Amino acid sequence: MTDPRPFAPTDEDLSQCVRCGLCLEHCPTYVETRLETESPRGRLYLIQAISDGVIEPTPNALDHLDSCLQCRNCEAVCPSGVPYGRIMEQARSDAMESGAAPLSWRLRALFLREVIARPGRLRFFATVLRASGRVGLLSVAQRLPFVGTSAALAPRMRGRPFTDTGLIARPQGAERARVSMLSGCIMPLAYGDVHRATARVLAHNGCAVSSPAAQGCCGALHAHNGDLETARALARRNIDAFLEEAPDAIVVNSAGCAAAMKEYGDLLAGDAEYRDRAQQMSALVRDVHEYLVGLPFDAPTKTLDITVTYQDSCHLAHAQGISAAPREVLKAILGLHLVEMENPDRCCGAAGVYSFTQAEMSMRLLDEKMLDAQNTGADVIATANPGCLAQLEAGVRRAGGSARVRHVIELLDCAYGPSGV
Amino acid sequence: MAASLIKDLQSAIGVKYVLHAPEDLLVYEYDATIERGLPEAVVLPETTEEVAAAVRVAKRHGVPVTARGAGTGLSGGAIPCEGGIVLVTARMDRILKLDPANRLAVVQPGVINLDVSRAAAPHGLYFAPDPSSQKACSIGGNVAQNAGGPHTLRYGSTVNHVLGLEIVTPDGDIVTLGGETLGVPGYDLTGLVVGSEGTLAIVTAVVVRLLPRAPATITLLAVFDEVREASEAVSAIIAAGVLPAALEMIDDKTMQAVEPFVNAGYPPDAGAALLIEVEGLEEETSEQAEAVRATCEASGAREIRIGMSPEEREKLWAGRKGALGALGRLAPSYYILDGVVPRTRLPDVLSGIYEACERYDIPVANVFHAGDGNLHPNLMFDDRVPGASERVLELGEEIMRLCVDAGGSITGEHGVGSEKRNYMSWIFSDDDLTVMARVKSAFGADERFNPGKIFPTSKGCGEVSSRMKAAIARIGPDAYV
Repeated sequence: MTDPRPFAPTDEDLSQCVRCGLCLEHCPTYVETRLETESPRGRLYLIQAISDGVIEPTPNALDHLDSCLQCRNCEAVCPSGVPYGRIMEQARSDAMESGAAPLSWRLRALFLREVIARPGRLRFFATVLRASGRVGLLSVAQRLPFVGTSAALAPRMRGRPFTDTGLIARPQGAERARVSMLSGCIMPLAYGDVHRATARVLAHNGCAVSSPAAQGCCGALHAHNGDLETARALARRNIDAFLEEAPDAIVVNSAGCAAAMKEYGDLLAGDAEYRDRAQQMSALVRDVHEYLVGLPFDAPTKTLDITVTYQDSCHLAHAQGISAAPREVLKAILGLHLVEMENPDRCCGAAGVYSFTQAEMSMRLLDEKMLDAQNTGADVIATANPGCLAQLEAGVRRAGGSARVRHVIELLDCAYGPSGV
Repeated sequence: MAASLIKDLQSAIGVKYVLHAPEDLLVYEYDATIERGLPEAVVLPETTEEVAAAVRVAKRHGVPVTARGAGTGLSGGAIPCEGGIVLVTARMDRILKLDPANRLAVVQPGVINLDVSRAAAPHGLYFAPDPSSQKACSIGGNVAQNAGGPHTLRYGSTVNHVLGLEIVTPDGDIVTLGGETLGVPGYDLTGLVVGSEGTLAIVTAVVVRLLPRAPATITLLAVFDEVREASEAVSAIIAAGVLPAALEMIDDKTMQAVEPFVNAGYPPDAGAALLIEVEGLEEETSEQAEAVRATCEASGAREIRIGMSPEEREKLWAGRKGALGALGRLAPSYYILDGVVPRTRLPDVLSGIYEACERYDIPVANVFHAGDGNLHPNLMFDDRVPGASERVLELGEEIMRLCVDAGGSITGEHGVGSEKRNYMSWIFSDDDLTVMARVKSAFGADERFNPGKIFPTSKGCGEVSSRMKAAIARIGPDAYV
């Protein structure tokens, strides 16, 4: 951590807000609470007021900032173009660096820095989780106070971990492109199957797919939680790892990671050494659905007789502005019946580590999401981000439902080949 | 701040929804204007009874109460000018009754405008007032400010769509005005309370009329070389016997600002465009569209586009609806006015506005409800230039004068609030204002409900810090129209 410095997010960004209030009904926490302090407009005003010294960064004030999901729905609908995500990240970073942030924020940052960002420790952590699930420890833990919700929310490991590096899939037919795939931090451990499906789908569409060995966590969670320093270090590592391969595109199947990587240019704007390469890297990043639709992808031929509802991942729909592409992928699958739920682009409450740090609000949002999903009668809830997958799986378990939760790409993979849904 | 007030409020409506920490109060000192006023307590009741209980506590403690909906108002109406309690209706967000057969709904004041139409949509019905903030603003706020919107031209403003009200008086009594039928005997107190900006009563339930969706709607975009031609066409359309559902004007500055963001397809060298919507039965609508087309051509329109399908119509509207956001991105600062002139005076008043802005060397963009003469000149400037904000406010006042001198009014739909209370004496005599003040007394309101609004005063609203004064520039009182 660097020397303490004053709490001061950029005035230029903050002054964009004209307080029109058009963000209000798009903010999940405002809609839930109807409190101005839990709205984008209110939070921006609090950030400005703390920065101006009008109010103190009290635990109560900082909790209003912490209860923000950073889903960026507000940013997507803002007529004045307020860069809300960037402001909130800077505000949380300032709160950490000024010493105002409470212990819980610091512990969270410590965990993200010392476990999530370190592949060896994260693998160990995942092994423990996997073993706990196998011997039933997780179900015991769910009944305990304090850790109960967290245990219920912990992602269930699906398939064996994804550890492949180098050229991981050869193109079927003529090579159309050479792409590098982000493996990431939690995704390869918890959702190895999704990575393997992604590689197969890309290869099916003529891509040579590689997974650079030197890559790592994208740093999104660190940036969202006020540790911009670690986020920048992780960004530099990935820039080195991916640009080395000079791919035609960097394809990402995790919405949160792609959103963060598309913003590396912003994140490293003040880094003279990396600035240009950060922009170069960001320009190459593609969400997997975006990439497939742009190719365009081959029409699948196998029929999947299922009803699917699609939950927009916030950092795909709002941060990247992509909501049509995943639906186009789903609609291309024969027999698949897509039924939209109410408010498909409202956050499910996962929001990175939010489901652990703000468990109560997270569960309120999840319960509503489950009602909306159940009302569609869907057999499968599809989404596009690991956090959303884990949250929705927990939601189905919580609601005692029977719906399966799948990444969109898993369904496409299934429609291309022999594997089951 | 007396701790006893907080305690009494807590026993009236519960601890959770009585806010009093400085950081919780701070976010209730603003709305969508530049006005500021810090409350001493904020309450968020859920029921009419809780509203009445809170009002009785306020009365006992002698503190004023200012009602607030979503805080999207454009005249400072929800700002507690003299402190006291801000009573937020946001948690009163239930639709109590939907009666499609009788084409009405009973809603709590915190229900969002668009949610009423959404709920009524399966029955082919909708709530007609459509302010541009309709995705966020509340029915309670619409009632308080008598909100309008693009379709006010044909369907009238909120007052024409409210049949009855449940209110809480300054004494804390729960009273019913009007009802669920037309033709309620006695004084039209419903009409009186609609538009009273929270100074007479706090509205706790609203009986709203629902209208059937027209079977056919056609949207036309007429492009003109000159603003004068376009504004003359406005009166010509009405004179031709057509009453469009909406008749909006977008001038050259606005089109140039909007085009890169919205790709509405505006020609770069056009002087102005009219967006005209006609609706009704199929045949009648086609006839009206034809009349509008012929009239616009006769007035010198160089191009007319017609949108029939919802997608085509939405595309034509996109430029209008995205205008303010685009203007906000264009200049470091903007200030939007809300004035009314008789339709026939539009050409002259618009010329006057352009002349004045040129004299002040302040660029202006006009995008407004031309059909009912409701102007929204948008002044663009850079607040970082010393003295710029003051000059913009001076120019704003001159433009309001132009409207009044042309026989118009100081507000079309944003309300008087605190922003324009001192312009009230331009259009009302002392006697006029005295009668209005007596109405307020008759309700027992005096200075208990939303003090500092509507009536002229020498006092300022709240504490306007120098930082906030500078922010006039950045923000402007009106974020959108």
